[in-house]
Amino acid sequence: MRIRQGTFSWLPDLTDDEIKAQIQYALDQDWAISVEFTDDPHPRNIYWEMWGLPMFDLDDASACFEEVKKCREAYPNHYIKVQCYNARYTKQTLGLSFIVNRPKVEPGFTLERAEQNDRHIAYTMRSYAAQDAHGTRYQGNGEGPEPD
Amino acid sequence: MAENGQKTEEASQRTEQDASMESKMARTNKPKAPPDKDKDDERWGAGVIPYAKMGYWEPDYVPKDTDILSAHRITPQKGVDPKEAGAAVAGESSTATWTVVWTDRLTAYETYQAKCYKVDPVPNIEGQYIAYIAHDMDLFEEGSIANLTSSIIGNVFGFKALKALRLEDMRIPAHYLKTFQGPAHGIVMEREWLNKYGRPLLGATVKPKLGLSPRNYGRVVYEALKGGLDFTKDDENINSQPFGRWRDRYLHCIEAVKRAEERTGEIKGHYMNVTAATMEEMYERAQFAKEIGSIIIMIDLTIGYTAIQSMAKWARANGMILHLHRAGHGTYTRQKNHGVSFRVIAKWMRMAGVDHIHAGTVVGKLEGDPNMIAGYYDTLKDDFVPKNAQNGIYFDQWWSSMPGVMPVASGGIHAGQMHQLLHYLGEDVVLQFGGGSIGHPMGIEAGAECNRVAVEAMIKARNEGRDYMKEGEEILKKAAKSYPSLQAALDTWGEISFDYESTDTPDSTPTPTSA
Repeated sequence: MRIRQGTFSWLPDLTDDEIKAQIQYALDQDWAISVEFTDDPHPRNIYWEMWGLPMFDLDDASACFEEVKKCREAYPNHYIKVQCYNARYTKQTLGLSFIVNRPKVEPGFTLERAEQNDRHIAYTMRSYAAQDAHGTRYQGNGEGPEPD
Repeated sequence: MAENGQKTEEASQRTEQDASMESKMARTNKPKAPPDKDKDDERWGAGVIPYAKMGYWEPDYVPKDTDILSAHRITPQKGVDPKEAGAAVAGESSTATWTVVWTDRLTAYETYQAKCYKVDPVPNIEGQYIAYIAHDMDLFEEGSIANLTSSIIGNVFGFKALKALRLEDMRIPAHYLKTFQGPAHGIVMEREWLNKYGRPLLGATVKPKLGLSPRNYGRVVYEALKGGLDFTKDDENINSQPFGRWRDRYLHCIEAVKRAEERTGEIKGHYMNVTAATMEEMYERAQFAKEIGSIIIMIDLTIGYTAIQSMAKWARANGMILHLHRAGHGTYTRQKNHGVSFRVIAKWMRMAGVDHIHAGTVVGKLEGDPNMIAGYYDTLKDDFVPKNAQNGIYFDQWWSSMPGVMPVASGGIHAGQMHQLLHYLGEDVVLQFGGGSIGHPMGIEAGAECNRVAVEAMIKARNEGRDYMKEGEEILKKAAKSYPSLQAALDTWGEISFDYESTDTPDSTPTPTSA
């Protein structure tokens, strides 16, 4: 399965040039850029690991993209996203957030249903990958069966 | 009417700044006039005298920072002086009755009387005027839309001396604004809770809106969310009918929502309509929606202002996004000469505390002049909305950091219009493609997918610096090469447009209805 998170998750993966173009758009808005990575893609996982501090006051996308490349080299089989933060009064939130790296295999999630009274079901969504310990997830190379 | 010539002159010499300083220092409107026996007799003698003579017309009045201001479009009956008509509106929306009452003299009536301070003829429309009225803040109960509206759009709308009356806009001062809760969450908090940024959100109303069994209803929800929509929606008139009771519908919808989350790895929602006959029933339904794990509920405008404010408080206390469907508004917002402009409803609903409200599409099947809709969207979202005649905004409005309401565009829109939708409505909006998803020739999932692909492709192109409004069709055609679902949508609906003249247009410039 393909995890649909971030602004462009239904489009094909962005090329490096396309990523730089999006970063440049964000810099042109005076937004700060940061790179984050994780091996726990649950949609309620808000706090991915930070690849360094957010980059403020830059105007050239290439410098930001270098950080994307370094993060990819260090974590080739993790999810990596570019966060573009708008600090303007009444916003103070992300203006753009998009995935720039995915594990080769994305096993996705399972939905657990705990049946209760009166036809009420308590749902819990778990990521298959998160059943393994940190550091041992997403070791697959794309061979073998994929759940979806 | 000025009480004497000297005073008028003095007043005109005062700068607005001085007056504003003065108003900050004292709550009284103006220095007490010296006693004038004849004038007192004229004002307080028993019988009927013109409203203008009772103090409701004050052309030299400088509104205080704390005043609530309103702009009314008035159409006086033949022979009625527009100033008297404006004064009558001020009178009937504040302290006046049809005759002089001595008991006014037991009050600080000069404070409590609303004052019509300006009447301008409407350009190019004979017989219509815009009357500007200032109301002291003391006239209204804190935090109550019901109280505010009982005065401002109460008895006065049936007043015989006017052929027609329309409330065009209001300026709500920060002092009064801050007595309202405002949106339960607002645009920023909603996006952070959904973890979705940088693009319009997408939704669809389940169709047919009436008649589906709960099980079939949930199927539509599942397919649409799995295909790429963020939200699906109950329609305004699906509450709890014989073909599907609310509890059964909610249970099937939450199964669909959770299953779609599992298949996509992103947060989804279904607006569960909790509209019901009584507050008790609405609370029961909202509580159940919360217990089964819904992130959003909806209400209809028809439940009334007080019920809306109650649900907004409930929504904030219970972490639930609150969607408002503006069912019924067209009965009083659409005609230009009579009723209430939707920009005022939008303003009241932001104060009342909803998170979403339908506010027009420009290009879809329902009424909407592009400039007027820009005015509604600004009113819902921005922290400062400047006076702008072209967009129908009569006053500067500061929102004093009250969160924005997410506008919702719904009704006859499709993927082929994505560039126009982004151009007119911007990024902070929920675009709802009901027919445009469910009516897709390849099925609901494909219908949802084509909308998601189209919006992402358009945002991507815009961010890359493309002139997306001009190149929109080309951008969509290119994206459609990888997505047959989008190509099928363009083939099916590409030429569909709803090009009718708008009834509610700005006075200043004529405008086309669509691109």
